[in-house]
Amino acid sequence: MMIELTEDTLNPEKITELVRRDTNGSVITFLGTTRDNFEGKTVLTLEYEAFDEMAVKKLEEVRQELMAEFGLEQVAISHRIGTVGIGEISLVVAIGSPHRKEGFNACQKAVDRIKEVIPIWKKEVYQDGSRWVACEDHEFSPEQASGQGHSH
Amino acid sequence: MELNVRLFALYRERAGKNIVTVAVADGATVSDLTDEVRRQIPNLAPPEVKIVVAVNTDYADSEVVLQPGDDVCLIPPVSGG
Repeated sequence: MMIELTEDTLNPEKITELVRRDTNGSVITFLGTTRDNFEGKTVLTLEYEAFDEMAVKKLEEVRQELMAEFGLEQVAISHRIGTVGIGEISLVVAIGSPHRKEGFNACQKAVDRIKEVIPIWKKEVYQDGSRWVACEDHEFSPEQASGQGHSH
Repeated sequence: MELNVRLFALYRERAGKNIVTVAVADGATVSDLTDEVRRQIPNLAPPEVKIVVAVNTDYADSEVVLQPGDDVCLIPPVSGG
């Protein structure tokens, strides 16, 4: 399966094998792994949530875009969802191509696009709380927060 | 018309539920819908933040006109990878 959302542990070798062809001289596999810290705080675990139907559809669109732009035929993307422990693999992008250059470029673009458009969210869980990543602009200022409950 | 709007991640937690039902006029746009959701759930997002909406699993601009039965979802900032 060239696009996959799964709660199971990702197997990068298996995903890489999907894009290997005798006509390809290059295989690039990118692994996104879960980091154990944020601004000095220890991250205990990560929780990934997806809008499944749209995420799969948008991943396939990204895959088609990459294949068209870089003239590729083999692109596989797997994203883990659910609870993911520290140091585990949350994303695998594998790209097979005749030559390395388009493979590297396509891989970089794939990860950038995934982070921009795919409706998947990650929450970092700390000892004393949690945080939805990339939602800083949604914090209420103290004035706004104190005004809540009186609005309408 | 009434629409069931699905909420994910930050929005789901702030609303305390994963679906909110909103009534909007026929011919209402995405931005009319987000105005109504904000009225119901003021703590969803600060007023200066634009709420991103997906209609039928595609991102929809604020002027898109909604139809009865549309699958409408509010999409907080994404952070896959």
